[in-house]
Amino acid sequence: MSGNNPALAAPAAPREKLKPAGFVAIGLWIAVAAAFAFYFVRAFDVTLIERFGWSYLHGLWVTVSLVGVSFVLGAIVSLPVALGRMASNPIAQGLAFAFVYFFRGTPLIAQIFLFYYGFGQFRGFFETIGLWWFFREAWYCGLFSLALNTAAYQAEILRGAIESVPKGQWEGGRSLGLSRQVIFFKVVMPQAMIVALRPYANEIILMIKASAIVAIITVYDLFGETRQAYSRTYDFQTYVWAALLYLALVEALRHATNWAERRLTRHLKR
Amino acid sequence: MRLAQSFALAAALAGLFAGTAVAQQSDADKDWSKVVIGTEGAYPPFNFLDASGELKGFDVDIAKALCAEMKVECTFVTQDWDGMIPALQNGNFDALVASMSITPEREEQIAFTNKYYQTPPAIAVPKDSEITEATDATLSGKAIGAQVSTTHAQAAAALFPSADVRQYPTAEEYKLDIENGRLDAVMDDVVVLDEWLKSDAGACCKLLSTLTADPAIYGKGVGVGLRKGDDKLKTMLDDAIVAIRENGTYDKIQKTYFDFDVYGKEPAAQ
Amino acid sequence: MNESLTLLGFGSTGWGDDLATGVVVTVTLSLATLPIGLGLGFLLSLAKQSEDRLLKLSADIFTTIFRGLPELLTLFLVYFGVNAALKSLSTATGLPDIALSSFVSGMVALGVVFAAFSSEVFLSAFRAIPHGQREGGMALGLGRAKVMVLVILPQLIKIALPGLGNLWMNLLKDTALVSVIGLADILRQAQVAARVSREPFLFFGTAIALYLVLTILSSIAIGGIDRWTKRGEVAK
Repeated sequence: MSGNNPALAAPAAPREKLKPAGFVAIGLWIAVAAAFAFYFVRAFDVTLIERFGWSYLHGLWVTVSLVGVSFVLGAIVSLPVALGRMASNPIAQGLAFAFVYFFRGTPLIAQIFLFYYGFGQFRGFFETIGLWWFFREAWYCGLFSLALNTAAYQAEILRGAIESVPKGQWEGGRSLGLSRQVIFFKVVMPQAMIVALRPYANEIILMIKASAIVAIITVYDLFGETRQAYSRTYDFQTYVWAALLYLALVEALRHATNWAERRLTRHLKR
Repeated sequence: MRLAQSFALAAALAGLFAGTAVAQQSDADKDWSKVVIGTEGAYPPFNFLDASGELKGFDVDIAKALCAEMKVECTFVTQDWDGMIPALQNGNFDALVASMSITPEREEQIAFTNKYYQTPPAIAVPKDSEITEATDATLSGKAIGAQVSTTHAQAAAALFPSADVRQYPTAEEYKLDIENGRLDAVMDDVVVLDEWLKSDAGACCKLLSTLTADPAIYGKGVGVGLRKGDDKLKTMLDDAIVAIRENGTYDKIQKTYFDFDVYGKEPAAQ
Repeated sequence: MNESLTLLGFGSTGWGDDLATGVVVTVTLSLATLPIGLGLGFLLSLAKQSEDRLLKLSADIFTTIFRGLPELLTLFLVYFGVNAALKSLSTATGLPDIALSSFVSGMVALGVVFAAFSSEVFLSAFRAIPHGQREGGMALGLGRAKVMVLVILPQLIKIALPGLGNLWMNLLKDTALVSVIGLADILRQAQVAARVSREPFLFFGTAIALYLVLTILSSIAIGGIDRWTKRGEVAK
């Protein structure tokens, strides 16, 4: 950095000038951390862990499984949507666009309410088509909303990644006499996936965060269990525990992504 | 050096934050000419919003009568049930008139006036339900709906440990879900269930049985919630409750809602 | 159908006026949060480029926390936690009580989340501006502040606009979460109407349609701003 070379620094700003911003900022964080530590030492209550420890772990498992399953389902749904977005057929294009716009342009929480409480109104209809067992359960409704929502986002990730692969890769494949399918799955997709790795990881992180909403439709995920614990004790540390668990989950995922990206792009490093 | 300064600042701030958490204020020097009242607005017939968005209900009328009796100017704010006690503690409002039972668990957090009504809990089921009595065996594995962090939710979990108790943000949502057939039973105050069963929406269901309230869970009836330390306001409200009971205002209000006395038994002499 | 129209109508039998006030609340909250998120995000992006390691670290901690927490949880932490802290502070110092309303809590919570994300957008926009621009400005004898306002900022806004546009859309949608702590926005009005009328599909569908209208209007506005910032390039 040029900052190490005093000759390049503007003469108006001598190096000796006291810069309070940095230590004020870090001081604030230390204060927050210290206040929390102090608060925890005083408020910490082993009986709370005995009472709610298992529910938190169960809630964490519900969150992880809900996000995991809906991410995979969303990936499956996203494939035709992404192809529709890239299709030349205007109907397919329009439908795919409408799907993506609907799910990305409205709040997930409103979608969940619509699918849970709104669909509940049409019990008769769902019973005739034999799907009521699915929409009867809050967990499935949450899964349904999350999967369709992430499908819309994943479709755009997938489209962007596929379009980022140069045309020459297709042409090269064709000149080798490969079929379109083989080129798509063996040549284009592996390259697209490297580009898409980070956006996909970000999408999972966004889903983990967004999934907290299902607590409002009686699914006891991590956030739902937290609200339960809080409403029984009015002890604020119940929320702090949840915050720490969510942060740990998200940070673990982010570091895993960084590691995976470094490994997968080893061959691209010069 | 800089880090040392940070720590000094941090320590000062942390001290300011944490050193004060339990200090309690007395309201001796407050004149209480204006009181902000918090209620839920989703618990008919006790408190609800009508189509024009106006607050109505027994709680609301009683609160207005108490304010008139105390010659105090009252304003109402609505607050979701599960944030009711923190909102009172944080000063979003001064008195909580929302059909909250005076329980030992809540008395650790806030103060209450004497009760202003007391009605027993009950269970309702769909009209075509096979459940004929409310026992743990008959409700085993069944989905029971109740409002989150209420005495009813707590009692349902205690009385029917093998049932699947689901907690909803408001009473209206569990009603929607039993009307849709997502729930096998719901548990709440008998007056609340009765009001709903008499309406068109409640045509789906019938009252299964009225239960005896366990004082360990249900406490001493429904009172006005106050911050601890607001003793002056508590005395004013307690006197006003006695006054409106004696001057006939209470009876006039309850006759517009109920055809029996919701006050319950006179509290035992203390 | 007629029944639905009555329910959505204005006046005492319909919920149209309530939904309309909900739209006003949603838009007001988004617009009120935006300057906080942009201002704080910009300062954070400056801190992240700073040579001061402590300042950089502080900004990174901020981003890590508020990018990693669920927005709903951040909202609860502010609404319950900050309020409780304020209460104990006012009790200790004898100052009058300040309780954050759900609107202000929403503003604070969504503002810090917006700032955490926008700081990254600003940071990459800063990196996209060649060093020569700053040096050129300095060579012309402009002060640091003038270089920032006259040379760097106009280019920064142009580069950051698509990213900020996305964040604005997220903000608009995230305001729906504030309904959970009691703000009478579009979603909450729809919820109340759905409870009372027993028509959840109609009202949540209407709410979703209203959000769609807001996002479509936003895309049009952002497109307009985008063209405006690029007006210099059209002449080429």
